[in-house]
Amino acid sequence: MVEQERVRVVRCGGSELNFRRAVFSADSKYGATRRCRPGRGWSLPGAAGKNCQARRDSLGGGSWLGKGCMRAPPGTRDGAGVCVLCEEGDTPQARGTAPWGARPLPRLSPAGRLRGPGGRAHVSRIGWALGRLEDGPGVDVYATAVALPRGPSFFRTESYIFCVSGDFVKVYSTATEECVHILQGHRNLVTGIQLNPNNHLQLYSCSFDGTIKLWDYVDGILIKTFIVGHKLHALFTVARAEDSVFVTINKEKPDIFQLVSVKLPKSSSQEIESKELSFVLDYINQSPKYIAFGNEGEYVAAVRDFYLSVYFFKKKTTSRFTLSSSRNKKHAKNNFTCVACHPKEDCIATGHKDGKIRLWRNFDDDKKYTYTCLHWHHDMVMDLAFSVTGTSLLSGGRESVLVEWRDAAEKNKEFLPRLGATIEHISVSPAGDLFCTSHSDNKIIVIHRNLEASAVIQGLVKDSNIFTGLMIDPRTKALVLNGKPGHLQFYSLQSDKQLYNLDIVQQEYINDYGLIQIELTKAAFGCYGNWLATVEQRQEKETELELQMKLWMYNKKTQGFVLNTKVNMPHEDHITALCFCNAEKSENPTLVTASKDGHFKVWILTDDSDIYKKAVGWTCDFVGSYHKYQATNCCFSEDGSLLAVSFEEIVTIWDSETWELKCTFCQRAGKIRHLCFGRLTCSKYLLGATENGILCCWNLLSCALEWSAKLNVRVMEPDLNSENIAAISHSSMGSDLFVFKPSEPRPLYIQKNISREEVQWGVFVPRDVPESFTSEAYQWLNRSQFYFLTKSQSLLTLSTKSPEEKLTPTSKQLLAEESLPTTPFYFILGKHRQQQDEKLNAALENELVQLPLTENIPAISELLHTPAHVLPSASFLCSMFVNSLLLSKESKSAEEIPDDVDMEEEKERDDSDEENDFTEKVQDTDNTDLGEDIIHQLSKSEEKELRKFRKVDYSWITAL
Amino acid sequence: GIRCVAYNNQSNRLAVSRTDGTVEIYNLSANYFQEKFFPGHESRATEALCWAKGQRLFSAGLNGEIIEYDLQALNIKYAMDAFGGPIWSMAASPSGSQLLVGCEDGSVKLFQITPDKIQFERNFDRQKSRILSLSWRPSGTHIAAGSIDYISVFDVKSGSAIHKMLVDRQYMGVSKRKCIIWGVAFLSDGTVISVDSAGKVQFWDSATGTLVKNHLIANADVQSIAVSDQEDSFVVGTAEGTVFHFQLVSVTSNSSEKQWVRTKPFQHHTHDVRAVAHSPTALISGGTDTHLVIRPLMEKVEVKNYDAALRKITFPHRRLISCSKKKQLLLFQFAHHLELWQLGSTVATGKNGDTLPLSKDADHLLHLKTKGPENIICSCISPCGSWIAYSTASRFFLYRLSYERDNISLQRVSKMPAFLRSALQILFSEDSAKLFVASNQGSLHIIRLLEGSFKHLHTFQPQSGTVESMCLLAVSPDGNWLAASGTSAGVHVYNVKNLKLHCTVPAYNFPVTALAIAPSTNNLVIAHSDQ
Repeated sequence: MVEQERVRVVRCGGSELNFRRAVFSADSKYGATRRCRPGRGWSLPGAAGKNCQARRDSLGGGSWLGKGCMRAPPGTRDGAGVCVLCEEGDTPQARGTAPWGARPLPRLSPAGRLRGPGGRAHVSRIGWALGRLEDGPGVDVYATAVALPRGPSFFRTESYIFCVSGDFVKVYSTATEECVHILQGHRNLVTGIQLNPNNHLQLYSCSFDGTIKLWDYVDGILIKTFIVGHKLHALFTVARAEDSVFVTINKEKPDIFQLVSVKLPKSSSQEIESKELSFVLDYINQSPKYIAFGNEGEYVAAVRDFYLSVYFFKKKTTSRFTLSSSRNKKHAKNNFTCVACHPKEDCIATGHKDGKIRLWRNFDDDKKYTYTCLHWHHDMVMDLAFSVTGTSLLSGGRESVLVEWRDAAEKNKEFLPRLGATIEHISVSPAGDLFCTSHSDNKIIVIHRNLEASAVIQGLVKDSNIFTGLMIDPRTKALVLNGKPGHLQFYSLQSDKQLYNLDIVQQEYINDYGLIQIELTKAAFGCYGNWLATVEQRQEKETELELQMKLWMYNKKTQGFVLNTKVNMPHEDHITALCFCNAEKSENPTLVTASKDGHFKVWILTDDSDIYKKAVGWTCDFVGSYHKYQATNCCFSEDGSLLAVSFEEIVTIWDSETWELKCTFCQRAGKIRHLCFGRLTCSKYLLGATENGILCCWNLLSCALEWSAKLNVRVMEPDLNSENIAAISHSSMGSDLFVFKPSEPRPLYIQKNISREEVQWGVFVPRDVPESFTSEAYQWLNRSQFYFLTKSQSLLTLSTKSPEEKLTPTSKQLLAEESLPTTPFYFILGKHRQQQDEKLNAALENELVQLPLTENIPAISELLHTPAHVLPSASFLCSMFVNSLLLSKESKSAEEIPDDVDMEEEKERDDSDEENDFTEKVQDTDNTDLGEDIIHQLSKSEEKELRKFRKVDYSWITAL
Repeated sequence: GIRCVAYNNQSNRLAVSRTDGTVEIYNLSANYFQEKFFPGHESRATEALCWAKGQRLFSAGLNGEIIEYDLQALNIKYAMDAFGGPIWSMAASPSGSQLLVGCEDGSVKLFQITPDKIQFERNFDRQKSRILSLSWRPSGTHIAAGSIDYISVFDVKSGSAIHKMLVDRQYMGVSKRKCIIWGVAFLSDGTVISVDSAGKVQFWDSATGTLVKNHLIANADVQSIAVSDQEDSFVVGTAEGTVFHFQLVSVTSNSSEKQWVRTKPFQHHTHDVRAVAHSPTALISGGTDTHLVIRPLMEKVEVKNYDAALRKITFPHRRLISCSKKKQLLLFQFAHHLELWQLGSTVATGKNGDTLPLSKDADHLLHLKTKGPENIICSCISPCGSWIAYSTASRFFLYRLSYERDNISLQRVSKMPAFLRSALQILFSEDSAKLFVASNQGSLHIIRLLEGSFKHLHTFQPQSGTVESMCLLAVSPDGNWLAASGTSAGVHVYNVKNLKLHCTVPAYNFPVTALAIAPSTNNLVIAHSDQ
């Protein structure tokens, strides 16, 4: 077992998805591959049948290129003359057994019947592997990248933002937008974070795992864990209640939540049980948006449905206010959606579903309560926050506009529009200088007091529908997928940051429910990132399809994609696949589109110059079809000489020079879902995965089925740097990953249950620096990394590193460079201190000899720049070091010359270069002349000086 | 449209003046019933209305006159010229003994209210432009006067302006030409609240003359303000038809510091809210859309009953339409004219509740204009359709109408007797032979109508000591009995044959809203305003 090379499923640019169960370690995989039961391969699904036989006959096993190709006989769709899967018997006839059931094409019996075992063995093996998996050590999942800021985020002294990301709390710097810490330790979703009101260097967090943890977020250290035991849904702290915090817990019924206060006992131990709960409020909502503490913890306001409950801690009474909830149009959307309390006054702001904001006052009296309405939002108010002084109220919602209501007046409001996506949370820094909003597209915007966005922390944009799949931009190595509506996002996996958004649709996006938008459905990169092809569509009715294909050229000057060709209605029906010919030698870029209308079209780049300018453009070169079947996939071989297009169940191979149909493969096993050519040494193989759960590998030389396996492939992705192909299958148990080479039916690597839900897309990302995994099973990870995206939009990968390790060194450095904030006080006091320092220095100068600048002393630089392991012993160094510092002084006292030096130094402090040279020289001479004598015979005065000097000169140490 | 609203706290009555000069008095305790009304006059555009000395009602208008109304006889007691040009504003002192008017020429005039008249006392410092709003400090020592672009604070004793507070003309960054102070309110703590044409509600400190707080509430003019007696809430009306409620709310539950907070907006009007009033339990607003809206304050209402519901007074409480059953004629009364319509007819038959198609449309037969500037008080058409009578404040008209085969002719019956000067209510008997006229002196005349002429039969004099005028009449179908009711006293039933007072139905707590005598049984049916 190779302990150090543990592969983990790692979330990248993820989401709030709780992914703790999908955990893998290397040894489990070993079990799966080594202990597989040989001989229990399973049936060869799919059909070779007559046409296969016929082809074999006609080709005679020779080169298929020589004899032309066979078309499927008419009527193959009906299944006539095609062999059927035989279910009887368990006797494998195949010559080699593949551990996962794939095996070479067995010899066909004349009747065209195949023999092979049923598919059951496969299933049982999965179950076994799973059982093995659970004993495996190391249950770790790491989320990296900017995950969705699920909970509220906060500031401390304007320098950090905290946000909840799955099981972690992330600490970002507001200035640099870098993630500086990941606080990890919770074993389930973190649901709430709050700064310790009594110590602003500490942070409380609560989680579904029933614990409240106290962190020192500056150093990223867990200080204490309080075990509460219940599933905690939200956390609140109040400055007044020093030793208790408030949490919402779930009581009995799934929808009934209570706000309780938890006493946090004082204890020195790390883990403390705190089960002392006292009930505060009932019938509340779980989200922290629905609860707010006001007037320094005098009361707590909670909303749910049509109720506002206010609990007064002093009086221990609850008042409840109800809004009319009748069905008529006026009041139907009166539901409360969020609540905020004024920091200074007795005023509660509540947001409503119809976009109204109500400001409640006098709520300590059940009868005399009153409220004001502010109405600007046309849709639900997502969150509200008061500024620190309470003079302004911030609100946000679906409109993606941050509204600042000044003095709670309806007419006095300011806007920050075009924030890009729905505002989900708003929070205000304790000092009041910054606001921050978190958005539904996985983004945090830090906004300055004057409503100017100052920083954007953008994660992977979560779009509900990823149509384009995952792609890699060959230039930037960035992950490319659907981003904002109508945009392609370029996401750097290395830095976990969004690089930029490319606006494809180039139309104003109107955010309204029920509006049918233009959707970006397909995209592909070609010619080493020089070309980008995109397809967008909009379908309002069954018959009204708007299609548009755009071709973008990379402009080196602007470092961006520029629209080159726009094709309206490139096909009559939905485009199902899009691929570029990426052959190295091809001088002419070629694009193939396959469509449901039964055609595939070949587009080539032609000269489009006229008398005004030189230009290139794309035109249609060839239209191919096959029996009016819908074209479902297309794929170029690595060298670009062959094009494979699948028409429902049939795969056709076309010569890319002449656009001649070379041959067809038909497996009678459902429509082809994925199609890809093997690469490098395996380029003679073509792989296809069908909807009926069969993976086939055809040999292009023999035009025959090489092997097939029963595998419900959802994702099939070739690795561009190796022959490997990754396939992800899905079953009710979860998704499994298989990595294999087309040449061998035996998978290289199996990772069971990488995700509980369906994996939608996957991609191999080439590594910048190849890893060197020694173990055979991980060699496929050496040159590229596999990323995949699940249905709930979590981007996951297999990794051996923990997220703390993944933090870039630059962001780590930020921790060290924590500087004082430049407040007005700093300017006053800082100046004062500087003056003091200067005075001190001046005094020292008068008293003492000017010391040579430490940086320029060779002994020190030598000491600092030589690697530690080649340095001589410390005692030797010490003497040398002290020596080097003392020499100038020594020379002065001894030879009386330095007085002049001193004078000079004082006179022209600016020309330090010369001076240093001079002192260095002196040093050298002293070194040689006086030698060790001086070191051993320090006079008393020298010792005194030395001591003084030690006291004084610490600055350089900190400077290093 | 409604121009002014004045609420009298003592009697819980509301005086409403309309743009045609009509003044109506509503009794809020009697279920918002319109008890009395004073007909308007073309030249008397009321601009200000106020109660003083308890039950005395004054109005002032653009003709420069101050008018006092006689609430018993339902006529104008006297009109007095203030000699300052059109009067824009008027305010009675908190003690009720003094009356202040603001005039077009910028003068503020103080009148002393004597028991039967008012007497000019003195002028305050004259301002540059018209005084559009006035308010007394509840202690009676200072007044605030809103003008164009500024507010002046006067000391009542010396009559000199002690502060002049300039109002910002800017509206949403755009400078308007003028900022008109439509209303001011002086609170007892010295705060002056002003509402202006730039949509602002501003709080001023009258001691220092500085702006304390500014609420921008509307894009259009804020035209009216009214403060509650407790000074814990006030209401403003805007030209957008919205009424805003402001409340004095304590900042935190345990501190005594309080602040004014805009609380609820009410949108019950479609047009400008020209006037608002604040009763202890309700907000009252009226404006150009002619509705009078009474919005009860929920927190002040003890029990939820019919009184706690929103009230919108849209329909007139007087009888403005009379009909002739025989000839199917309808007479509509307008402020300055009468219209006579022939009803349409149908040949179709149908069930109860069906809508039948008209075979002949309704026909406008007659448009009768009054002479003179006075409004019509009441009108009536006889059941036979051959007589029309109407009355203004000073004259009584009777017409003979003949309508046969599309030929219509109208002939005025001249030589009305001298006692028939003005009538509050006119009624014809069922056989159209007799005319009953309730005059504003409280007397009741019976006139026999002859072909083309008439004969005075009898006059029922009011009971001794009362000057209350009758404003409701009902006659029995057989013509023997006549019931008449005043504003507060009981219903008197007269025997028309004997020309004697038959009996008096004892007075009920609530005023009578309608009277009728049942045709067969001769039972008198009385409807009161409390339902």
